[in-house]
Amino acid sequence: MLNQADPNEEPMSETSVEDTIRGQISDNPILLYMKGSPSAPQCGFSLRTVQCLVDCGQRFAYVDVLSNPDIRATLPQIADWPTFPQLYVEGELVGGCDIVSEMHENGELKPLLEDAAEKAQTSAE
Amino acid sequence: MTVQETIETKLTALDPLHLEVDNESGNHNVAPGSESHFKVTIVSTRFEGMRLLDRHRLINELLADELAGPVHALAIHAYTAANWESRFGKAPMSPPCLGGSKAD
Repeated sequence: MLNQADPNEEPMSETSVEDTIRGQISDNPILLYMKGSPSAPQCGFSLRTVQCLVDCGQRFAYVDVLSNPDIRATLPQIADWPTFPQLYVEGELVGGCDIVSEMHENGELKPLLEDAAEKAQTSAE
Repeated sequence: MTVQETIETKLTALDPLHLEVDNESGNHNVAPGSESHFKVTIVSTRFEGMRLLDRHRLINELLADELAGPVHALAIHAYTAANWESRFGKAPMSPPCLGGSKAD
């Protein structure tokens, strides 16, 4: 798990925030934008989403939007998705807490994440 | 109109077979009487053939003003009639509230 954004950076211009976000989404096969961190989520919806991901057993990257207000303000417009958390798998928005929970319950989430992790490993080799 | 009533009214655009809007703000750290956290449970034939992501997008769009304003969190459970039956059995769906009692 990693938190990519450097909190000590100068405030970013809107274009570079967008570039940063697009880079994060394309560089990380499984990426969660959340409030807080996986070990200390700051919102019940983020907590539940982390639990679903942890249950599936694959490593995932995360970005804490509370400590990255630029990303918090910009991502909803780019993603056309108003709320957090947001899960991205292989560059695609999967959804927020309700969708991730539903997919975890109906068994779709685990194979999706395993597939993404496997492809990432193959391309890294 | 309260935020809850506004949400209910706007979502009737989806011709819901069942619609429940719960104000869950009381579960969160907000002032008593707040209308900030909601849960929507909706069953509609409009969701046939739509991915969950697109169902949620449709609802988010209808409620864009509320999400940009007073609503801080919106949980969405969007089902087709078939989804609903396989999940909850054949319990009859309650008709949506049409707001009649508000006029009393």
